[in-house]
Amino acid sequence: MKLFSKILMGAAVFGMMASGDASAAGKIVMDGSTTVGPIAKSFAAYFTRTTGTDVTVSESGSGNGAKSIINSTCDIANMSRAMKTNEIAAAKAKGVNPVEHVVALDGMAIVVNPSNRVKNLTKKQIRDIYSGKITNWNQVGGPTAEIVKIQRESNSGTQDTFKSLVMGKEAPISKRAETQASNGAVKSRVASTPSAIGFLGLGFVDGSVKAVSVEGVAPTVVSVKDGTYPISRPLFMYTNGQPKGAVKQFIELNQTPEGMRMISELGFVNQ
Amino acid sequence: MSGDVNRDSNRSGAFVVSEGRRKMQKAARTAGESILLLIASFVAIVVLFIFYFVAVDAVPYFQQRGFAEFFTSSNWYPAGDPGEFGALAIIYGTGMVTLGSALLAVPMGIAAAVCLSDILPFSVRQYAKPVIEMLAAIPSVAFGFFALVILAPLLQTSGGPMLMWVWWILAGPFLLLAVIVGSDLLTAGIEEPVRRKRYATMLQVLFTLLAFLVLYVVGSQLNGMQILTGTNALNVSIILSFMALPTIVSVAEDSLQSVGRELREGSYALGATRAETLVKTVLPAASSGILAAVILGIMRSLGETMVVWMASGNSSHIPDPWYNYLEAVRTLTATIAGDMGEADQVTGSARYHVLFAMGLLLLVISFISNLISERIVVRQRKILSGQ
Repeated sequence: MKLFSKILMGAAVFGMMASGDASAAGKIVMDGSTTVGPIAKSFAAYFTRTTGTDVTVSESGSGNGAKSIINSTCDIANMSRAMKTNEIAAAKAKGVNPVEHVVALDGMAIVVNPSNRVKNLTKKQIRDIYSGKITNWNQVGGPTAEIVKIQRESNSGTQDTFKSLVMGKEAPISKRAETQASNGAVKSRVASTPSAIGFLGLGFVDGSVKAVSVEGVAPTVVSVKDGTYPISRPLFMYTNGQPKGAVKQFIELNQTPEGMRMISELGFVNQ
Repeated sequence: MSGDVNRDSNRSGAFVVSEGRRKMQKAARTAGESILLLIASFVAIVVLFIFYFVAVDAVPYFQQRGFAEFFTSSNWYPAGDPGEFGALAIIYGTGMVTLGSALLAVPMGIAAAVCLSDILPFSVRQYAKPVIEMLAAIPSVAFGFFALVILAPLLQTSGGPMLMWVWWILAGPFLLLAVIVGSDLLTAGIEEPVRRKRYATMLQVLFTLLAFLVLYVVGSQLNGMQILTGTNALNVSIILSFMALPTIVSVAEDSLQSVGRELREGSYALGATRAETLVKTVLPAASSGILAAVILGIMRSLGETMVVWMASGNSSHIPDPWYNYLEAVRTLTATIAGDMGEADQVTGSARYHVLFAMGLLLLVISFISNLISERIVVRQRKILSGQ
């Protein structure tokens, strides 16, 4: 009898799993960038509190976000880069029509250890550091110490943005660059390694690391918004077709005063 | 009395089973056996299927790009346009951390197993072994956290002094032994006892001074060393060795236990000391079991993903110089885990299939080592049963 009830329970659980449809009514499923994650999560908490709609947020990287929307396993894909042409093609092939929404702006901070006396780098210096042409901090006005370069995995939107905004096409990132899996891991490595350099979304910068000025402009909300900070990017939420109902309400949160307050509290910049 | 007889006849009556019941029992047995067989073969089939599906997705890579680039180039730019897929540095990194962890874990593991099986009293062993085996129960991501957040900064701030102490503790006793044995060997040819003793003392003093010089010079070199980045091959090797330890200790201790009392007592009876019994009788008798333990432990560190992904630094270049454990490396497992999310987008491309090629390579390596350890265990069983 006990065994029978166990089997029954197992079957019930299995059935629930199988019928867990992503776009079920009254529930929003989000997947994607770890950079957009904090915005999505505070929006989700607020949204659930005010409307009662459940929102689940997964953070698996922009690449995985795109994959989820292509495979219709999420309602909103958070991405810290625009969808690539081959991803849009893959989506169209599966009958998904990805629609782009800019939720906020993000400056990409170049961070070093707080003990490092370097305050300013040019875009060219950053490019040369990451491509391996500059290997010592004393070449850019710092202490004599070999530079430890830290980058992100290839499924990271932050990595893609860094490559397109800073590195350009012709300069590949040096093979000696270390790779970390998330903004948080990069921050903790830079915070604990005196000669490290890394790049983070502006919202992740705190007292444990030092964000340097790029071309003389410090990464701040103001400089990102007026476009003087040279390494900034829009953050996206993608939906399948024009959003309707709860999803539309959710996407438009960034235009409400409450949404704008949450975005700036997280260190991102309203459009 | 008569009641007893009655009961006896009743009892024997219980063995007489009706025809229908016997048939049912037979059917139940057949059904039970076939279910067990089904489950057993299912496990075997799963293994074969994994092999098959990984191979099916790995072959297109080699068809598209050939073997040369994968095994000889160290340019790993999978996201490039066009991508480059030289995995040499990554294969090298895997070999490096596996070897490093084996160098640390094997001596420690065997020593711990010997200690558990032959030196510690039973009451201590009862508690010590489960505690060591508990290491295996710690999730690998917890090990990874420790490596990234505690060990890596520690190596950066005080890696030099730490290495110096390790060098002194390991090399000190070894060099002392070498001094005594060396001076004895060198003077063994001298016939006259008084002169021999004098020469031996002189050599001992000389060698001791030399040994201290070596200890000091290498130690101060290590002490002054600045470790640039704490997420490196050394860090991962240390953590992986801890993860491989429970496997090695547990399996090696079992095989030491299985050597049995007769051999040990026989050895003592012939006048051997405890050390001689251990080194000359017990260890050789258990050698194949210990070797199997070592291979299992090495496979544990070869296949580990989470820790190496978090703590190896993941930079796909061959360290310079090649034996430099203080540089970041990248392994096959971490590359598969790290690149899979993105590669999935372009299913069918070389970038997708190259990860399966790596998976196949790992499978083949672990398959071969598993086969070897299986062989070794069978051989030992034959030896021990006297065939």
